Amino acid sequence: MFRSHVLICGGTGCTSSGSAKVREALISELKAQGLENEISVVETGCHGLCEQGPVMIVYPDATFYARVTPEDIPEIVSEHLLKGRPVTRLVYKEALDESGAVRSLNDTDFYKKQVRVALRNCGVINPESIDEYIGTGGYEALGKVLTEMTPDEVIQVVLDSGLRGRGGAGFPTGLKWKLCAPNKADIKYVCCNADEGDPGAFMDRSVLEGDPHAVLEAMAIAGYAIGSSQGYIYVRAEYPIAVQRLKIAIEQAREYGLLGKDIFGTGFDFDIDLRLGAGAFVCGEETALMTSIEGKRGEPRPRPPFPAVKGLFGKPSILNNVETYANIPQIILKGAEWFSSMGVGKSKGTKVFALGGKINNTGLVEIPMGTPLRTIIEEIGGGVPNGKKFKAVQTGGPSGGCIPASYIDIPVDYDHLAEIGCIIGSGGMIVMDEDNCMVDIAKFFLEFTVDESCGKCTACRLGTRRMLEILNKITEGNGTMEDLDKLEELAYYVKNNSLCGLGQTAPNPVISTLKFFRDEYIAHIKDKKCPAGVCKALLNYVIDPELCKGCTACARKCPVGAISGELKKPHTIDTAKCIKCGACMETCKFGAISKR
Amino acid sequence: MKSLAELKAIREKMQNQVNMRSDDPDHIRVVVGMATCGIAAGARPVLNELSELVQKKGLTDKISVTQTGCIGLCQYEPIVEVFEPGKEKVTYIKMNAEKADEVFERHLAGGHVVDKYTMGSADMK
Repeated sequence: MFRSHVLICGGTGCTSSGSAKVREALISELKAQGLENEISVVETGCHGLCEQGPVMIVYPDATFYARVTPEDIPEIVSEHLLKGRPVTRLVYKEALDESGAVRSLNDTDFYKKQVRVALRNCGVINPESIDEYIGTGGYEALGKVLTEMTPDEVIQVVLDSGLRGRGGAGFPTGLKWKLCAPNKADIKYVCCNADEGDPGAFMDRSVLEGDPHAVLEAMAIAGYAIGSSQGYIYVRAEYPIAVQRLKIAIEQAREYGLLGKDIFGTGFDFDIDLRLGAGAFVCGEETALMTSIEGKRGEPRPRPPFPAVKGLFGKPSILNNVETYANIPQIILKGAEWFSSMGVGKSKGTKVFALGGKINNTGLVEIPMGTPLRTIIEEIGGGVPNGKKFKAVQTGGPSGGCIPASYIDIPVDYDHLAEIGCIIGSGGMIVMDEDNCMVDIAKFFLEFTVDESCGKCTACRLGTRRMLEILNKITEGNGTMEDLDKLEELAYYVKNNSLCGLGQTAPNPVISTLKFFRDEYIAHIKDKKCPAGVCKALLNYVIDPELCKGCTACARKCPVGAISGELKKPHTIDTAKCIKCGACMETCKFGAISKR
Repeated sequence: MKSLAELKAIREKMQNQVNMRSDDPDHIRVVVGMATCGIAAGARPVLNELSELVQKKGLTDKISVTQTGCIGLCQYEPIVEVFEPGKEKVTYIKMNAEKADEVFERHLAGGHVVDKYTMGSADMK
């Protein structure tokens, strides 16, 4: 029996910052100091604060260490784990109070406002141990539905909870199940969409890495509700840790008889298989995903027939997103009312967001629906770094739009965001400051959709390409006002004439930036200027002769020899030679060089 | 798994371990002095004994056992302090594993302070 548990994050974020080495160092140091029978080391999923990785928490005192290196380990072991004196220099600074004492993690700005439902076990249990999952009440929801509830009752609870799909479209989950349940067939399928592809989104990865059994349990519950005995998880191959943990989880569940034949002796059979995606964004679309599981080229197909009637292998099927499933066992155990008491209007429960971009606390946060954007950016996210001004948030990835700073008090839920042409999408939130050019952002997302368009519909295949060409023209300073009209016209054309969600939403970043930041487009076209100083073709580096001391530092740094001048006299930049790399500006100690 | 009883058995076995990983301000906090003086005087067996008892009896959701540094009364080590929300701190001195058993039974589980081991009973002249 262990008196203390040390939890080390094994999520992708912390793994890439070296958590595996920290874990090895800890295990060997514990042995060296004879503590291996007193202290247990647990590898967990993501804690959300990826920015501070590798992250390590010591229980029972809940001390949160950030950015731990293997060299720190001997000190932590001998000081904290043996003598009980937390190594405060390594404690996450937000978890220290004014006097330097360690305070509760739940009192830190990052965690205080969060409500963890889908992420409740992430960073708490060992995802490779089914016993630990059961220890937190795991598989009890499955036991409850199989022994106490009829399939219709299960569907009713999910309907009443108000849970909507967390993958992007926000379709009511209970309704999806209800539409599929009455359809008769020799076999039906329960599918899980783990093909998380939006740039900057990683909430599903975290759930799979931190709490894979929650997804398996929810799929079995869904199977019981709609009368299916086979599930498929379609997970992208770029998530090796998630794939590995899912494999382990499925094996453990089979071993315990929680997947397979006659679960809990009730006669209910359910099994799950994995299918790996090959990295095509379009395969996150439901019909393309099912086509891909069938072994064919991942292309969407027209609906109707909807998957509830004719889905995977032509059989009635449902497809839900990872995060959606992660909510299900809790809803069954705690009831629909508990879940619907969180959130606002038609957006119930909580949502996980991946905060990224120009924000201090990069990471994953789970908050009740309807939380104001200001709370997310300023309190949980810790604001914009380097004293820069907050400009906008891009939500929903390539399918979403930008929320400008003027809307910072908007409640973040499905309906409020839809009103201003944005979507929650899968939950990516990219924060932008005054140094981001909105035309450039629109271009970035369009480049992504041009790459990822499957090519089936002409509107999407060629339309997005033509739009990108116009954007390139504008950012290079060759745009005209007619181009802007053409861009807008094309955007609506692509939106209205594409078969699947990818094409229908691909123009959103353009439409939304045109709506809120039209003046930036016009500045590129009329003034030939990029106000944020991003678009290289439109800016020149200049030296202010008043400030230049003639120290020659910039001239020596310039890779193309574009800077000339005599020692101790103001220098000049030859704009014809300049490649606008910005090296001179970084070098100048006197702030004499600026972009215009 | 053929019955809910099997699931329940695993849950009971595991939940004390998992419960330890919570950050609840309402916990009774049991703190063992584990500075050099405490360790030299035999604080480790006391710490391990208390921690094990709390887990065995399934009280990890109510009681957390941790260590602390030097409390400053080295001659009274091993020292165990009990912080109960809303109550005064109780300090036990010159502890060992057997005394720890008693403190667990009577104080932590039973709710009665074991006066004979507290600092108040010691000769503090």
